[in-house]
Amino acid sequence: MILVLLDVDRDALDPVSLQVLTLSRGLDPDVQAVVAGDASVAAEAAAHGAGVVHVAEHPGLTDYAPRATAKAVVQLIASLSPAAVLAGGTPRGNEVMAHVAAFLDAPLATDCTSITMGAPFEVTRARWGGNLLEESSVTASMLLATIQPHAVAAEPSAAAGTVQAFTADLDDADLAVRIVERTGAAATGVTLAEARVVVSGGRGMGGSEPFAMLDDLAALLGGTVGCSRVVTSEGWRPHSEQVGQTGTKVAPDLYVACGISGATQHLAGCKNSKMIVAINTDGQAPIMQIADYAVVGDVHAFLPLLLAQARAASAG
Amino acid sequence: MEILVCIKRVPMVGAALILTDDGTELDTRRLGFQLSPHEENAVEAAVQLVEKHGGSVTLLAMGTAESEEQLREQLAIGADRAIIALTDGSEPDPQATAAGLLEAIRADGAPFDLVLLGSESADVAGYQTGIRLAHALGLPVVTNVKGLSITDGVARCERAVGSEREVYEVPLPAVITVRDGLNIPRYPSVPGRIKARKKPVTTHEVTIGAPRIVKHRLVVPPATAKGTTVLEPNAEGAAALVEAFREIGVLS
Ligand SMILES: Cc1cc2nc3c(=O)[nH]c(=O)nc-3n(C[C@H](O)[C@H](O)[C@H](O)COP(=O)(O)OP(=O)(O)OC[C@H]3O[C@@H](n4cnc5c(N)ncnc54)[C@H](O)[C@@H]3O)c2cc1C
Ligand SMILES: Nc1ncnc2c1ncn2[C@@H]1O[C@H](COP(=O)(O)O)[C@@H](O)[C@H]1O
Repeated sequence: MILVLLDVDRDALDPVSLQVLTLSRGLDPDVQAVVAGDASVAAEAAAHGAGVVHVAEHPGLTDYAPRATAKAVVQLIASLSPAAVLAGGTPRGNEVMAHVAAFLDAPLATDCTSITMGAPFEVTRARWGGNLLEESSVTASMLLATIQPHAVAAEPSAAAGTVQAFTADLDDADLAVRIVERTGAAATGVTLAEARVVVSGGRGMGGSEPFAMLDDLAALLGGTVGCSRVVTSEGWRPHSEQVGQTGTKVAPDLYVACGISGATQHLAGCKNSKMIVAINTDGQAPIMQIADYAVVGDVHAFLPLLLAQARAASAG
Repeated sequence: MEILVCIKRVPMVGAALILTDDGTELDTRRLGFQLSPHEENAVEAAVQLVEKHGGSVTLLAMGTAESEEQLREQLAIGADRAIIALTDGSEPDPQATAAGLLEAIRADGAPFDLVLLGSESADVAGYQTGIRLAHALGLPVVTNVKGLSITDGVARCERAVGSEREVYEVPLPAVITVRDGLNIPRYPSVPGRIKARKKPVTTHEVTIGAPRIVKHRLVVPPATAKGTTVLEPNAEGAAALVEAFREIGVLS
């Protein structure tokens, strides 16, 4: 049996959890799920193959509490003895699973792209933001792993999804760290992670003012602005716009890279874009090699031309 | 406030990742080394906290003696002393990493109010050393932190989720793992570099247990070769792009 930890935030199931359920069905016909405190997502999990959805109950489990969730999962593991416990390679999935691994003093393979059951378990996992894959074996009686987002596509498969509540035995230390407050508005407009078009600038933009051209182009194309790490380090744009290994990962229909060299850590965040347009004075820059359209030239001279034509096209 | 920051020396990879002939390691012969961004933010946060609240910053790096290069670099921005948890250079798995760091902390003996790490290392990206260390030290841990302030011995930690921020509060002593974007790390000054040469760096040898995650080989994912259309930076080039934008339906 494979136990899948569901990533739930205020009644909403993270889509990566459905991908993990799908991948798990390929490893073992018996897939069950566990969630802390919140049974609202049971039907959705059942539609993706969860035969049983175990719900950990405790008065303290009112909002996300990583160590408490892990403690509950550890207690469930003791009664179910699954062959593997899997979660999405999301901030919460990785966090709760690391707590589970620490409680059990067991190995944890994060960000896996494939898993083969056996003794030992064989996994392929992402390193360097996915620019490198590692093939490893994991020596353990039960596999603990997280799955890289989009490693598989979610496919529905109806299962019973019987809800089984269990009482988690938690102490103060388990509940010491939990969300006490949320600040900042929920997203309005197009968010970077979900935008269909991302227009990004790098060091080659030369400063914050020329980004006005990127704002304009993004607005015309119904997209949003991104940037490289150099740009956030220089303070030209906020870190929330950074694309890459330590920023946001994007996969839009169109990615326009202006004055960006295409370091591996930047590409880690944008190489899954459907179409890449790069504008760069250096025809040999790495971004130019992976671009669908490479404009060899100065952004300051070319962007006004492009903007004028795009404006004319959308007005005409 | 006594702060410990765990930092790791990692190769500075450029546009391409080149592997050794046996495919088990990155070929680092032509590469420089650096800290992962998250850990630069961790050191910057520690230095800022000590500037505000007093105390001292200790750095801890597990690896070969060459880690001293990265430690001196960070001593130059204001940390006070450093520890090398010296290994034979073989790559530990995450459990062994946390065990080695713990061994060095115990050997050093100094108590810390705050232990900072990166949320994940640039190379291995295990997402777990901080949490394992916190369990071993019997301390609470908040991860992925992009906003941090300390008032009356309580750390207020913010985590960015979309455009929202989740707030966690944890009393010290605690372990906190941080992310790029927490702050803008400063560059070392010339006087900072001169002072750093005299700051103490101590070494503790640590033994690394047999890994339970055994790496067989590394693979560079195949690049999807696509035909690149090269355009001139002129009106024709712009027209070709506008046409392409229309074809994929992002411009009406
Ligand atoms: C662990 C780790 C994680 C990282 N995470 C990220 C991340 O999340 N995101 C990220 O972006 N980076 C990240 N980096 C940094 C990354 O390695 C690069 O340093 C960074 O992406 C480079 O930014 P850039 O392309 O803007 O600058 P540069 O590499 O300096 O490139 C500037 C480019 O602009 C071109 N140019 C200059 N002038 C013009 C002009 N007038 N017109 C047109 N082109 C011009 C140049 O030819 C060059 O190609 C990370 C690094 C590490 C070590
Ligand atoms: N060898 C090491 N020496 C010091 N700190 C480390 C080492 N390995 C990992 N860390 C710390 O643990 C964090 C998370 O690493 P990881 O669990 O590998 O993703 C890193 O950002 C570092 O702060």
